[in-house]
Amino acid sequence: MANNKKKKLTPTQQQYQELAKRHEPPRPLAKNFVRAFLVGGVICLLGQAIQEVFIRYFHFTEKTAGSPTQAVLILISVVLTAVGLFDRIGQWAGAGTAVPVTGFANSIASAAIEHKSEGYVLGVGGNMFKIAGPVIVFGVFAAFVIGLIKTLITMGG
Amino acid sequence: MIFVWAFIVGGIICLIGQILMDVVKLTPAHTMSLLVVAGAILDGFGLYEPLIKFAGAGASVPITSFGNALVHGAMAEAKRDGIIGVVTGIFEVTSAGISAAIVFGFFAALLSRAKG
Repeated sequence: MANNKKKKLTPTQQQYQELAKRHEPPRPLAKNFVRAFLVGGVICLLGQAIQEVFIRYFHFTEKTAGSPTQAVLILISVVLTAVGLFDRIGQWAGAGTAVPVTGFANSIASAAIEHKSEGYVLGVGGNMFKIAGPVIVFGVFAAFVIGLIKTLITMGG
Repeated sequence: MIFVWAFIVGGIICLIGQILMDVVKLTPAHTMSLLVVAGAILDGFGLYEPLIKFAGAGASVPITSFGNALVHGAMAEAKRDGIIGVVTGIFEVTSAGISAAIVFGFFAALLSRAKG
């Protein structure tokens, strides 16, 4: 991809790109990986603990406890987003907070808060799914195609 | 024991996300979309449900489980209503997550103000 992009540039632009690349600070890969693993693991651990509470005290089964657990995690991340703490944790943890359902909740809440000044309908309503939208669109489309294929196979067989 | 596996499997899925962002240099939106589609495909082959059984929240909290749940809802309804069920059932399982995110997100917008 990078090579295709380069061909369209003039020689001066190419030189500049290379210069910029040389001065780009290298990403601290190992540190990022460790942080993502640890924070992601801790969030899932917390999820497991919440799930056990739902199973033990609220009569959910192992299969049905997943949904309320996600809802609780979403509530926690929305609160943390609203008070401005989520961004700080997220900056430190990278994908560790972005990949679990907490990242999905954060992207919705932060977009809603950020665009509040443009009004509730066009600002909050219109921008809420600005970042989370692609996830839903591609998830639903993939699920539709897979569901269709599986149904056709079972119907045929 | 399930707590240990929840930590490890959840950590590994987040690590994969970090690798996609840092090494493959995808944007966060591309990374998340890819993970959701991956979860849907894994469930298509019947591989995600065993992972949830094995790792609990380690597999059901990361965004990959969203893809898995979408396929699950579609298949459950398809079994009952035939091919139409694929469309009507897609959001059946994920309803809690999306509703919660919208409701809480809207409350957050009502109650707080953008900083900075």
